[in-house]
Amino acid sequence: MNRHRFAWNVVGLIVFAVMVFPVYWMVTTAFKRDTEITSLKPTWAPLHPTTAHFGNATHQPFFWQDVKNSLIIVLVTVAISMALAFLAAVALAKYRFTGRKLFIVLVIGIQMLPQAGLIIPLYVVLARYHQVNALSGVIITYMTFVLPFTVWTLRGFIIGIPRELEEAAMVDGSSRLGAFVRILLPLIAPGLVATSVFAFITSWNEYIFARVLLNDQSKQTVTVWLSYFLGSSKHTDWGALMAGSTLTAIPVVVFFLLVQRKIAFGLTAGAVKA
Amino acid sequence: MNAAETSIRLSRRRRRLTLRRAFGASVPYWLVLPVLITIGAVLGYPIYRLVRLSFQQYGLFELIAHKGKPAGLHNYGSILHDPVFWHTLVRTIVFTVVNVGLTIGLGLLVAMLLARVSSVVRVLLTSGLVLVWSMPVVVAVQVWYWMTNYENGILNYFLSQLGIGDFFHHDWYATTLSQLGLATALIVWGAIPFVAITLYAGLTQVPGDLVEAASIDGANAWRVFRDVTFPIIKPILLILTSLSIIWDFGVFTQPFLLIGQSKLTSGNYLMGIYLFEEGYLKTDFGRGAAISIVMLLIVAALSIVYVRKMVKLGDVA
Repeated sequence: MNRHRFAWNVVGLIVFAVMVFPVYWMVTTAFKRDTEITSLKPTWAPLHPTTAHFGNATHQPFFWQDVKNSLIIVLVTVAISMALAFLAAVALAKYRFTGRKLFIVLVIGIQMLPQAGLIIPLYVVLARYHQVNALSGVIITYMTFVLPFTVWTLRGFIIGIPRELEEAAMVDGSSRLGAFVRILLPLIAPGLVATSVFAFITSWNEYIFARVLLNDQSKQTVTVWLSYFLGSSKHTDWGALMAGSTLTAIPVVVFFLLVQRKIAFGLTAGAVKA
Repeated sequence: MNAAETSIRLSRRRRRLTLRRAFGASVPYWLVLPVLITIGAVLGYPIYRLVRLSFQQYGLFELIAHKGKPAGLHNYGSILHDPVFWHTLVRTIVFTVVNVGLTIGLGLLVAMLLARVSSVVRVLLTSGLVLVWSMPVVVAVQVWYWMTNYENGILNYFLSQLGIGDFFHHDWYATTLSQLGLATALIVWGAIPFVAITLYAGLTQVPGDLVEAASIDGANAWRVFRDVTFPIIKPILLILTSLSIIWDFGVFTQPFLLIGQSKLTSGNYLMGIYLFEEGYLKTDFGRGAAISIVMLLIVAALSIVYVRKMVKLGDVA
């Protein structure tokens, strides 16, 4: 038994190494000197670490502008979606009403639509209202996938709160709204944070809508900026590309590590029980 | 206070209560209304336009004039008579089957590995998986592009060192098979963490004494898996498989960016890319709309199982 455990541990470590290697290679390349990067015999770790590539990446045209665009798009999308989705999630979690099932079908079904299938109509409709090449147009399209997702996830967090707590507060003489604000809100605050962060990540990572709707370099998002990085020069500056990649990934990775447990639980809790 | 007064008072009170109850009954509708209106505007209306566009000739000229020319079934006919469409459809189906098979198969193996390693290794491996899970797709593409670069990509170095063959300056972007193979590797690598972690959560629900009892009764590892473990994780497996099918069939970003604009040809299109090239880049929005509709219908058919399962879950709660 012990020998088995040891063998499995070795396999586990190998799988870990294979899975994590691309991430490791990205970060180490970003810190290596060019001679190390282009040498035929790769070095496993930066022997003479340099931060020059980060300077090169951030001094590329429109980097900071595009980071700013991404931030604006993401923050507005998340703020609007959370406000609207929260109300709908309360309705789904705390009320039974005719049409509830239809609404659930809608919320889940929309999340299955492939984004590529929506670029044509969104482009044509937004062009009609002069929303192509405008951040507001992208925000509108991001609602199509962030809104259903946030409704569904928030519903999961609100359901977790026992009805008795809410009722106890109402017996105490407060109104439904009062009960809600004093009892429910503090309990779902962690869920609200986790859902917003996850919505932040999906919007920050989005590529195809931004690629189709924003042609102007000064209007692009950071993922589109990164995707065009290769084409900007004849000899690829791998160090700067990996530095840019690292910078794009950092906010997402940090946020994701914070909320992954909560979201993964929300996604699987129901499935395991059923 | 006389009887009449009391009765008036009571009826007033009753009316107030009914009003309050009526308003109470409408509360959930008021709550979902903002979401419904928004979805209708940002998705419902575009989808209505999509259907109309697919029956119109709609190019750049029409885009500027905001008015399409009626074209009947011409767009659909032109797709269905386009050999590229049929080749792309078959290629996408094969691509989806391979990707989903590898994702679920490897994901399940990693999940079972997680259940067998010591807790230190488990924490380490889980953290690694979460790290990979968190990688933005566009970033992952760039890293893989760098690793598979023919000149000084680490993959060629590795394969040569391992003695698998001479991969010096091997160009992975030379043939369709190897281009789509790389896209598959990238997609599967990115999808394993979600599948493995979710399945591991399911595996922890399998009672240990049940497995033990089966082993004592002489069942081998495969029998234990088939008769004890599998039935318990089947619902999760079903959901993960449907999700993977839907995602991989509509995949765009990974193959589009990894293969790269200059190397995309009608010989290596997947459905999402075919749609992007034919509809958006060639500004033939009517034809693009028809392709979108065909694609959305296929995905809708594929999603029925998943959506029904999830709706049932949502209804219970």
